[in-house]
Amino acid sequence: MILDSWGRYPRTIATVLEPLDGPALRRLLQAHASEGKIIPRGAGRSYGDSALAELVMSSRFLDGFLSLDSENGIIHCGAGVSLDSVLRVVIPKQLFVPVLPGSKFVTVGGAIAADVHGKNHHIAGSFCDHIVGFNLLLSSGEAVYCSETENTELFHASCGGMGLTGIILDAKLKLQSVPGVFINRRSIVSENLASTFEILEDNNTNTYSVAWLDCLAQGESLGRSLIFLGNHASNPNFETRTRRGINVPVTTPSFLLNKYSMGLFNSSYFNLKKLLHKSDTVNYDSYFFPLDNIGNWNRLYGRDGFLQYQFVVPSETALESITEVLKKVSAAGKGSFLSVLKKFGKANKNWLSFPLEGYTLTLDFKREKSLFPLLDKLDEIVLKHSGRLYLAKDARMTESTFKQSYPNWEKFLELKKSIDPENIFGSLQSDRVGLTVENDRKENKGRKKA
Amino acid sequence: MKILIMGATSAIAKATARLYAETGAELFLIARNEVRLEELVADLDVRGAKISGHLTLDISKTAGHKKALETVLSSLEKIDLALICHGDLPDQAACENSFKVAQKAINVNGLSTISLLTIFADIFKTQGFGSIAVITSVAGDRGRQPNFVYGASKALVSTYLQGLRGALLPHGVHVIDIKPGLVDSPMTAAFEKGPLWSSPELVAKSIVKGVSKKRLVIYTPGYWRLIMMVVVSIPELIFQRLKF
Repeated sequence: MILDSWGRYPRTIATVLEPLDGPALRRLLQAHASEGKIIPRGAGRSYGDSALAELVMSSRFLDGFLSLDSENGIIHCGAGVSLDSVLRVVIPKQLFVPVLPGSKFVTVGGAIAADVHGKNHHIAGSFCDHIVGFNLLLSSGEAVYCSETENTELFHASCGGMGLTGIILDAKLKLQSVPGVFINRRSIVSENLASTFEILEDNNTNTYSVAWLDCLAQGESLGRSLIFLGNHASNPNFETRTRRGINVPVTTPSFLLNKYSMGLFNSSYFNLKKLLHKSDTVNYDSYFFPLDNIGNWNRLYGRDGFLQYQFVVPSETALESITEVLKKVSAAGKGSFLSVLKKFGKANKNWLSFPLEGYTLTLDFKREKSLFPLLDKLDEIVLKHSGRLYLAKDARMTESTFKQSYPNWEKFLELKKSIDPENIFGSLQSDRVGLTVENDRKENKGRKKA
Repeated sequence: MKILIMGATSAIAKATARLYAETGAELFLIARNEVRLEELVADLDVRGAKISGHLTLDISKTAGHKKALETVLSSLEKIDLALICHGDLPDQAACENSFKVAQKAINVNGLSTISLLTIFADIFKTQGFGSIAVITSVAGDRGRQPNFVYGASKALVSTYLQGLRGALLPHGVHVIDIKPGLVDSPMTAAFEKGPLWSSPELVAKSIVKGVSKKRLVIYTPGYWRLIMMVVVSIPELIFQRLKF
């Protein structure tokens, strides 16, 4: 079938395998290993081609819980369980997921593979920092338990390893106890980028912080933004909530999203928020997952899809490099519908994890030919400042960009060769960035053909 | 709420059980695959259900029904809802070529359900309340070339339910016929999916709603009622030439 991920670019023809349980997964792996590269896939919420390959092993039916230890706050679940399901189960027990990305529909397996981060990275680190351990099915068909203390190398390679080391079957997640699931939200208006940075620095004791940037503002107001700070309200409310959101039923023509409509949206949103109340208390669902309320919002970018460009640059030169990026984007006449700036805390020990101490900016662009040269230029800026791009969002970075910015790639490749010498696991992305190069495969052509 | 689910590991049953689990319902689960049944028991327990028991049983073998239901009753005592979800989509061509294959399909999808309903009728009459919910299919509304053996067995159940509903009405028992359209589940793994396909989770939601509102026949998603109205109204003279 024709398959794509959240950005709807690129598209590929893939065979999707949907095992009903662990034994079935093992059987499917053995039966199909000789047909092409296999990549595990959760909810398909990565943006580019990280979850695309000739064969896709879906965790759709590995969506059961195994156990919940509410006393110690540890939940054990299948790789295909969504964070939404986890929240629904743990909130009534007065527990919470310590790191939440922008969508609750991602799976636990996917969140580990991308080592996702949330609005509290500066305090809580990324998702895998709260993983007790997981069972990983290797290309040999053997399942191994990986944790900080068992199979340590494999653990640090697989956390953020984009599914290239094996298939996560189930995982144990350490939960966090919170005073309640309502969030006290405060918004602060900043008139330019320097003040945005300052406000984020000054408020880094707040649990959650994120800045929404008006990326079309220029000159003096370049980088003006709305900063949203959040802390758990002490109101002991532990209600799960399902909102009935709106859905985008069809793919809308992409010309509807142009620099005028985006400019209008950005500036009116900015001015509206400026006028309205500055602090309120909201449910966790609307605080963490505003976009989940618009079903299939990716369809708004039209048939050709979109690219989400997320990079991180170290703190020292962040102001300079982000200014440079914003100027480049605006000079190219491109706009981003949503631009989000976030301060990261320290990097963790995982080999291919994205976060490093500094600032991360996320930009959305609809896909058009003229976009790619611009993104290449942005890559140069990011590399110059020792930054890097997020693999879970990427659909186009070159091998050299990847290798320059992810210093652990050699270590990763070495481990990969020892546990998966025939590159049974691989994605379009891993081929592109040189983690599962074709040559390796040809050398191993002697492998069994079914 | 005390609920018995037959064919509990099917995608629709699982999704429905999860919704009931969140409400803290008491569940008894019966399914054929022991490993998956045990996984489901653990899952529903975490989701908040009280699992009063589970049983591995090949429901297509009707001889085991009576004993199984006795076991259920001894642990549940009363049943607020009995949900029948087991079934299997047979290969139509194979059914047409061999009566044995067709017979097996009709037995799994039709006769075994009738056997269960016979016993349920007795139990529910005695207790004088509760709902019997059966998953049939829109395929039962009209015999179509690509799946008329499956359709015929579902039609058998739907017609049976129409009569049973009346028979149980004076006893305060509610009978609901659930007719899903195209559902993206392991049963339909081989099919290319299109815009008319829906998810087991969506179907589960309408089952819970249909049971609580004491609906009699539901199509899920709702637009299938319209689609089937059109399909049923096509004159036989024309319909015989349609291959869909």
